[in-house]
Amino acid sequence: MAGPAGGDAAYLSIQDVVKDFNGYKAVNHVSLDIAKGEIFALLGSSGCGKTTLLRMLAGFETPTSGRIVLNGQDMAGLPPYERPINMMFQSYALFPHLTVWQNIAFGLQREGLPKDQVAQRVDAMLKLVQLGKFAQRKPHQLSGGQQQRVALARSLAKQPQMLLLDEPLGALDKKLREETQIELVNIIEQVGVTVVMVTHDQEEAMTMASRIAIMSEGRFLQVGAPADIYETPATKFVADFIGNVNLMPGTVEVDEADHVVIGSADCKHYVGHGITGTQGMDVTVALRPEKIHVSRHKPQDDFNTAHGTIKELSYFGSFTVYHVELASGARLKISQANTARHKDDELTWGDAVWAHWSRSAHVVLTQ
Amino acid sequence: MAGTTQPWLRRLLSGRSAVIGIPYGWLLLFFLLPFLILAKISVSEMENVVFKDLITYQDGLLQLQLKLGNYIFITQDALYVKTYIASLQYAAATTLLCLLIGYPFAYFMARARPERQTLLLLLVMLPFWTSFLLRVYAWKGLLSEHGWVHDAIIGLGLDQLLLAAGVISTPGKLMNTPFSLVLGMTYTYLPFMILPLFGNLAKLDVRLLEAAADLGATPWVAFWKVTVPMSKAGIIAGSMLVFIPCVGEFVIPELLGGPETLMIGRVVWDEFFSNNDWPMASAVAVVMVLLIIVPLALFNKYQAEAQEAGR
Repeated sequence: MAGPAGGDAAYLSIQDVVKDFNGYKAVNHVSLDIAKGEIFALLGSSGCGKTTLLRMLAGFETPTSGRIVLNGQDMAGLPPYERPINMMFQSYALFPHLTVWQNIAFGLQREGLPKDQVAQRVDAMLKLVQLGKFAQRKPHQLSGGQQQRVALARSLAKQPQMLLLDEPLGALDKKLREETQIELVNIIEQVGVTVVMVTHDQEEAMTMASRIAIMSEGRFLQVGAPADIYETPATKFVADFIGNVNLMPGTVEVDEADHVVIGSADCKHYVGHGITGTQGMDVTVALRPEKIHVSRHKPQDDFNTAHGTIKELSYFGSFTVYHVELASGARLKISQANTARHKDDELTWGDAVWAHWSRSAHVVLTQ
Repeated sequence: MAGTTQPWLRRLLSGRSAVIGIPYGWLLLFFLLPFLILAKISVSEMENVVFKDLITYQDGLLQLQLKLGNYIFITQDALYVKTYIASLQYAAATTLLCLLIGYPFAYFMARARPERQTLLLLLVMLPFWTSFLLRVYAWKGLLSEHGWVHDAIIGLGLDQLLLAAGVISTPGKLMNTPFSLVLGMTYTYLPFMILPLFGNLAKLDVRLLEAAADLGATPWVAFWKVTVPMSKAGIIAGSMLVFIPCVGEFVIPELLGGPETLMIGRVVWDEFFSNNDWPMASAVAVVMVLLIIVPLALFNKYQAEAQEAGR
């Protein structure tokens, strides 16, 4: 099915790959096509199989069945040291006995490149990651962020056909992580390499990747652009896994082509688009906290509104999250941007409030 | 007595100085002090069976008399120089052999499954459960005529190889040769090489080997470019543990060596117990200690500086 490279053929093609560890399927019939130049993220909690999949791409694990084809070349039987793929390891795995310069040169020297070319490439790499001054240092003399850049330079030095990133920013603290995310993407785009990254950090996946695969128990639950996954999750699991969400079970009461009404314990949902369902069907309505508006005043709309009491309140600076307890005892998470500095009439614990949301705010989930 | 103790006294009595003090005290009492006594004897003049005092005071004349004759004699007599060189050579050969045998052993031990690791570690230490003397004696049996090892080596024609290498001088005769001496020392000191190497190699982060493979290094290249340089500390520690005692080894050359394999431990013994020339024996011993300690100290200093520069 996968022909030679070129045309519309996928650059990297993972075809029905299974990895079985003594009867436990760490990766369970996974298929995926990645285009050239894409930054693709495998996102999932620990033990979901994302690292195993990455290690199969690098050649450290052999698939039990299935094929991995890169640029028209079947990777089966190719040991890691013969693959045109390089990896940036989790916590970097820099060689402690070598200097920064020697670390970056390591791969080039293995290719048997002449000395002057090695030097040229290493210097270009050092410039790319802005570490020229640190060329003669040992890894332990560098900060975490600098080590990360050495690791990146080392994995890009051989100009691989594909770059693998294993939790690329996991070892950095939050502030540095945000800066590095953007820097990393800039460098990757400058080089133009195709990337598969593994992360458990959804923010990292969302900001860096052009597409994300959500993995759980060795399978892909959903593959798509970050916004697609966030705004139209396919399942309750994905909706819950990515960001915060309120999940409300309900039943379809009115099913029209341009709208549906779903009744749930505390309110009636008017959904401004049709769904593939039938009247009387049990569904789950997913609502993101930031899409709900909260106030003391009863909205005019009878639909898409719920009444309750503020039970908890978490102030995050730029926004505040309210936990509103509804009549049924269910809690609704609502987040509001703090646009003004001091409101006269600030909501607080115990206030009776109305929550309201628009007709396009929901996602109706059937599984 | 005031309620407050002196700061220096408090520091002296603190747990930390006690912990550091015990090994220091040990070295002082059992190494430095005997060494100084030895050094003193080596420059003393014998007067029948007692040593003359080094410092004499008579008629307002304070005299320090150091007899350096022994040292001068050591440098002039070819026997001593030759023996020192031979001792260093045998010790170096033993160290090299221990490294060649011990490194792969330690490597596979470090890579083995944890439950097998325990078993292998036990096997390395098992020989210590039998007296060292018995084990060296056993080699005497194995290597002399009609011993298994002797017969196997002769049977396989390996004695020709040993002859060509110059470690035996007569075909078919393995005992009391440089071969039997180095074999015995290698056998005895091998665990001292394996254990520090194992400790070092077990700590090696396998991800570094994966990183090397990822960057295009075959397992063989990764071994030489990553594993070996990373285990430098283990190699140095193991080599010192083998080399130092081997230089002054007495029992193994006595039992397995022959007239052609005179080592410095034997010379010290002879001077002490056959010639009863304590000053001479002491001088030989002092030179031996200096021969080992001076290069070691220099090496340590260099290592520490390299580490300092690296940090």
